Amino acid sequence: MIELQGVSRSFGAVQAVRAVDLEVRAGEIFGLIGPNGAGKSTLLRLLLGLIPADSGDLTIGGVAVAGPGFRELRRRIGYLPENVVFYDNLSGLETLRFFADLRGTGRQACAELLERLGLAAAARRPVRGYSRGMRQRLGFAQALLGEPQLLVLDEPATGLDPAGVRDFYRILAELRARGATVILSSHNLAEIQDRVDRIGLIRDGRLRAVGAVQALREERRLPLSVNFGLRPEGRAEVLRVVAALPGCRAEVGADRATLICDPARRMEVLAALLALGTAITDLRLREPSLEDLFLAYTES
Amino acid sequence: MRNLLTRHPLLVIAGKEFRERLRSRWVLAVAAVLAVFALAIAWFGAAQQGAVGFRGAGVTIASLVSLVIYLVPLIALLLGYDALVGERERGSLDLLLALPLSRAELLFGKFLGLGAALAATIVAGFGLAGLVLGRQFGGAGLLAYGGFVGSTLLLGLAFLSLALLISVLAASRVVAGGLAIALWFLLVLAYDLLLLGLLVATAGGFLGAAFPLLLLLNPADVFRLLNVMSLEDVRALYGLATVMPARLADPRVQGAVLLLWIAVPLGAAWLRFRKAR
Repeated sequence: MIELQGVSRSFGAVQAVRAVDLEVRAGEIFGLIGPNGAGKSTLLRLLLGLIPADSGDLTIGGVAVAGPGFRELRRRIGYLPENVVFYDNLSGLETLRFFADLRGTGRQACAELLERLGLAAAARRPVRGYSRGMRQRLGFAQALLGEPQLLVLDEPATGLDPAGVRDFYRILAELRARGATVILSSHNLAEIQDRVDRIGLIRDGRLRAVGAVQALREERRLPLSVNFGLRPEGRAEVLRVVAALPGCRAEVGADRATLICDPARRMEVLAALLALGTAITDLRLREPSLEDLFLAYTES
Repeated sequence: MRNLLTRHPLLVIAGKEFRERLRSRWVLAVAAVLAVFALAIAWFGAAQQGAVGFRGAGVTIASLVSLVIYLVPLIALLLGYDALVGERERGSLDLLLALPLSRAELLFGKFLGLGAALAATIVAGFGLAGLVLGRQFGGAGLLAYGGFVGSTLLLGLAFLSLALLISVLAASRVVAGGLAIALWFLLVLAYDLLLLGLLVATAGGFLGAAFPLLLLLNPADVFRLLNVMSLEDVRALYGLATVMPARLADPRVQGAVLLLWIAVPLGAAWLRFRKAR
């Protein structure tokens, strides 16, 4: 669906995107992850033909970005920029109709989209009275106009409340189910990690890693941690058992201990701890987070 | 036809700009200001000669020319200075350019919509005054008044075109606002003063024959000349009329120069915007 080969872009002395190779498959939700200033927005703007690349090739569905035929392709691309502000004097419905006219998709879907995003009651109110979350929903609604084949979303969940975030990702899942491709950027790793098919980790303009979250975890073999409480009468026995566990390192406190383990030995460690019975009071397993993964790839 | 009006991107942009200005009551407010000022000036315009009341069309138009030169450029600059830089600051410029919409359609659609709002303002404001003054003017006077309103529109569009150029060039709305005010100050307040100062200081030797041409480099002066030269009974009131060569005093030439003042800045804005990143 999307192919980038050796794409670079600089602004003066700042190299915003450096030799990026990337393929996003049709029908997947792809998350572009990186800190502020990493190059995410520049990469998305390159993809949309808003700025030209200094070097490299970009194609969407086989059509060269900004080449012949790209204008027609834009009808099938939905885009939501970061922190977009709409026109204060237009209502939500008028705003959507304006964008529907520009995209040439017809106005029939506008009211339905506002309903779907929980804005039906505010449809005829001027946008200047909308909260930040409502404006973000309106922005998402305009990106969905014309049932796009590709959605490009820059920090799309910014300003949404938890219910709004849940609804947003539910709609993305529905879009994926009907074959649409979604590429979204975020620096909120916790929010994104279970909701995308694959991620690309970007920092300083370089794409450091691409793949499914679980596959990247396994590739990097990030340790998992098991934290558990100790009963005084069983403490010696527990410490003897954990010291003998291969691939683990123990950090022992007064009444709790933490095992840092090779993830491949997850079941072996759990079985050993459960066999200790009442010698341990409780147990918490922590898988490496996307933050851990991101730091592992970008700080090495 | 209706399909074209609702679907062509240029007209969609123009329609949105016009609707926004109507919705904000900008058109209504500025038209009311123009109508009130026009009527007040028409009534009190001859007070310096020791009389009040409506006079002939020529004297009324001569009085209104000064009002227009101060107000209309300012209105047009304020209308257009943030047209594109404002979109950029709001983040909506990227959104618009990601749609099947060319940069030319966006720029010229903005000009068309804002120009329509400006035209509605000028026609409503001076049209209302014209309705009140019509009986005093008579047929020929009304025709001259119509020409004055038309030239006012050309002046407004020339400054709107300059405003769009500023909006394309400026890095932020604040800078664009500053440039717009500076341009208004330069062309409306300072330019004539500088020219006349140089002319007097050098006893006409420094500028000489170039003086009439230099007047054409300021759309506000072109508008003044156009209205002064078109009215027989007003021409004598203005000393400038005597220094214009016959060719440059032709209202058709002056009208063409005003059209150039619309086309050239807009063309420059397009050239810059086409390459802007």
